[in-house]
Amino acid sequence: MKIGVSLLAVTILVLAAWAGVEVLQLTTLFGVVIPYTALLVFVTGFIYRVVKWGRSPVPFNISTTCGQQYSLPWIRQNRIENPAAAWEVIGRMILEITLFWSLFKNTKTEKDEERLAFGSYKWLWLGGLTFHWSMLIVVLRHLRLFLNPVPAAIKGLENLDSFLQIGVPLLYITDVLLVGALTYLFLRRLLLPQIKYISQAADYYPLFLLLGIALSGILMRYFFKVDVAGVKELAISLMHLQPAAAAGIGSIFYIHLFLVCSLLVYFPFSKLMHAGGIFMSPTRNRANNSRMVRHINPWNYEVKTHTYAEYEDEFRDKMRKVGLPLEKE
Amino acid sequence: MAKLPAKKDLLDYKYDVPVTEWMETPVDIKPGTYCYGAKGRNLETVDFPNARDWSPAEEDWKLPANWKEIILEGMAERLEKYRSFKLFMDVCVRCGACADKCHFYMGSGDPKNMPVLRAELLRSVYKRYFTAAGKIFGSLVGARELTEDVIKEWWYYFYQCTECRRCSVFCPYGIDQAEITMMGRELLNLIGLNTDWISGPVANSYMKGNHVGMEPQAIMDNIDFMLDDIQTITGKRIEPSFNRKGAEILFIVPSGDLFAEPGIYTCMGYLMLFEQLGLDYTMSTYASEGGNFGFFTSNEMAKRLNAKIYAEAKRLGVKWILGGECGHMWRIVNQYMDTWNGPADFLEVPVSPITGTRFENARSTKMVHIAEFTADLLYHNKIKLDPGRNDHLKVTFHDSCNTSRAMGLLEEPRFIINKICHHFYEMPEETIREKTLCCGSGAGLNAGENLEVRLRGGFPRAQAVKYVKENHGVNVLANICALDRASFPTLMDYWVPGVQVMGVHELLGNALVMEGECPRILDLRLEPLPEKGVTDDV
Repeated sequence: MKIGVSLLAVTILVLAAWAGVEVLQLTTLFGVVIPYTALLVFVTGFIYRVVKWGRSPVPFNISTTCGQQYSLPWIRQNRIENPAAAWEVIGRMILEITLFWSLFKNTKTEKDEERLAFGSYKWLWLGGLTFHWSMLIVVLRHLRLFLNPVPAAIKGLENLDSFLQIGVPLLYITDVLLVGALTYLFLRRLLLPQIKYISQAADYYPLFLLLGIALSGILMRYFFKVDVAGVKELAISLMHLQPAAAAGIGSIFYIHLFLVCSLLVYFPFSKLMHAGGIFMSPTRNRANNSRMVRHINPWNYEVKTHTYAEYEDEFRDKMRKVGLPLEKE
Repeated sequence: MAKLPAKKDLLDYKYDVPVTEWMETPVDIKPGTYCYGAKGRNLETVDFPNARDWSPAEEDWKLPANWKEIILEGMAERLEKYRSFKLFMDVCVRCGACADKCHFYMGSGDPKNMPVLRAELLRSVYKRYFTAAGKIFGSLVGARELTEDVIKEWWYYFYQCTECRRCSVFCPYGIDQAEITMMGRELLNLIGLNTDWISGPVANSYMKGNHVGMEPQAIMDNIDFMLDDIQTITGKRIEPSFNRKGAEILFIVPSGDLFAEPGIYTCMGYLMLFEQLGLDYTMSTYASEGGNFGFFTSNEMAKRLNAKIYAEAKRLGVKWILGGECGHMWRIVNQYMDTWNGPADFLEVPVSPITGTRFENARSTKMVHIAEFTADLLYHNKIKLDPGRNDHLKVTFHDSCNTSRAMGLLEEPRFIINKICHHFYEMPEETIREKTLCCGSGAGLNAGENLEVRLRGGFPRAQAVKYVKENHGVNVLANICALDRASFPTLMDYWVPGVQVMGVHELLGNALVMEGECPRILDLRLEPLPEKGVTDDV
């Protein structure tokens, strides 16, 4: 059901783009209006969400410590996993964001009758990391469509990505990795009972959408061979805010573009915002230094306490009897 | 205490999932898995709203008429106050990395004990009432209505989480289920839903200074018994002071160490050490609790209970504070106390009077962990030890959740153990340090009526102990946590019989050579020490 609905939603998006361009000839709508709108929604939505998180304070320093604290000078602190200084926090965040450090620690628990076994389990980490890095490289490669002349860095990246020198046009390794990783991420949701149990349509939908984007892109590059020059013309015209919807690019391009736009619009309203959230996670981006530097809670307020005077009033006779010093005799 | 279930019945589960979706699977509140409901009078003592007597076993939980409004307003307020709450509600991608990291899931197979689903219990309501997507798409995006059954489910599962933060170690976004459980419990407390085992100690601690409700003379009596035993063991009579103004150091322990075995043996270790050092310290009958069950109800209650530590330090005019072996007490000292009740500008940066070491890492809070203090002593060879007295013990060390994952106190206790014992064996790597497995009884779960759930939650840790017992003959589970000392003896007797539970400072007390002591023939438990040179081949 959840899978079906998600798949249906993406199918409808594909058909809508196809019908819109092929049947209704709405190239301006799909080539200009929707992309601009999607980008606007994405940027403002992303900022809105991050600002909204930022408006809630971090009342307590709740760093999750994953290594030795800074304490006595002869005990070696784990500066990355238990940072005490700002630069150590930056180090931890860089590892977290670029290498998915926490996920790398993942283990798998298995129960065999009366025994538990803990084993290393890196597949999720590998699948996640492969997807995200491939995605990043694919997005960077797409910059060639927006920039004239194409920067050397982008060309270098393309060369690196296609160094296997397979086929014409040359096969990009990240294309394969992207689809492979997404397929893995989908299959584990489908085949691992626990993961299937916790999965929602909101988990399947972005996977299908991303797969749709990747597959339409691949079809376009390797099979249908759309008019790349036309695509670049459109991209550059969009960049310069002088949009000119080009005709004859091929509907597969518009399908690809429409799916990308759908992702951009969906992004700020969904779990995909983890991309922004990871930077703000208070268990990761804080130094474990709250015994050294007082952490301020902006909404800290006075509370009612049971004072020593009240305590002594209640127990004075008993305290006197056992010889405890008293404030009031 | 509930009757002990048979091991094979407890272990008769698999990591599979029900046929019905989790939202359609109603909560089954089974005896042995939950604590009694809070008593109205205990909640009234601390002015909590909607105080009443109620029972989780009954259909009617006597919720206030406007309970739904209270909960939703409470959520809105907390979303504005805690970035952690808002962010953790939003960014989970349900990757499942946390799923099999929870000891309650490992020991029960109940999918709602997977941290991700435990969070979804609350997240689903957040989505329905606080996000556009949830309002429009409902269950497709995991949103659901807030009903009385949802409240019951929250109560059941948020009091089946020990806030141990193990899941947060593995989460790629650092989502901390402890934070979510804390929010869930705060909300439940707004409508008078707490447990007896938490609200009773909270009321005690508020009025009498400690969870167990010991009055000043009872504390002194208990210590007196310990002093008698110390005299029997060492031939020396110690005379600690209480509520003494002008002492250099205020020493705060979890009240479990003053109250019952085996915590009292740890306390005897502290007292012997301080005597040997000639430390100028005092203990307080008013601030007689380092632990804080208020932390398991609400931020405000925790702050109210914690306030007496600084207040007493100020009244007594001490220079700094030393804290005993305790888990959540140290999470609070490390991450909350200064923020709540500081700045402690009336205290001085702690300096060990014995070694001269300035505890820079505690320069604002002015409170030092006894493992830091003792490790520093041992490093500078300031005390004489006879580790041979612990030769009959094969020791492993259990990292407390809070000192590991909310502090990072990992090497200090190990350094001490290595100095006072000859036989120390680590449990498997996946079960120690930041990956340590919870005792299953923290965060106010160490009651008797929920023993089944505690046995389940303690099973993974017990498995790791069993491993070192089988491989190295380990017979002592050392720890630095009062809750460990209170809960592990039962768990060990059940899962790994023959393993004793000892605080690190109990082991230290055994090994400590005191000036003018008599030849030691007894350990701190008044049991005979092994004769020198004779190996016990059990």
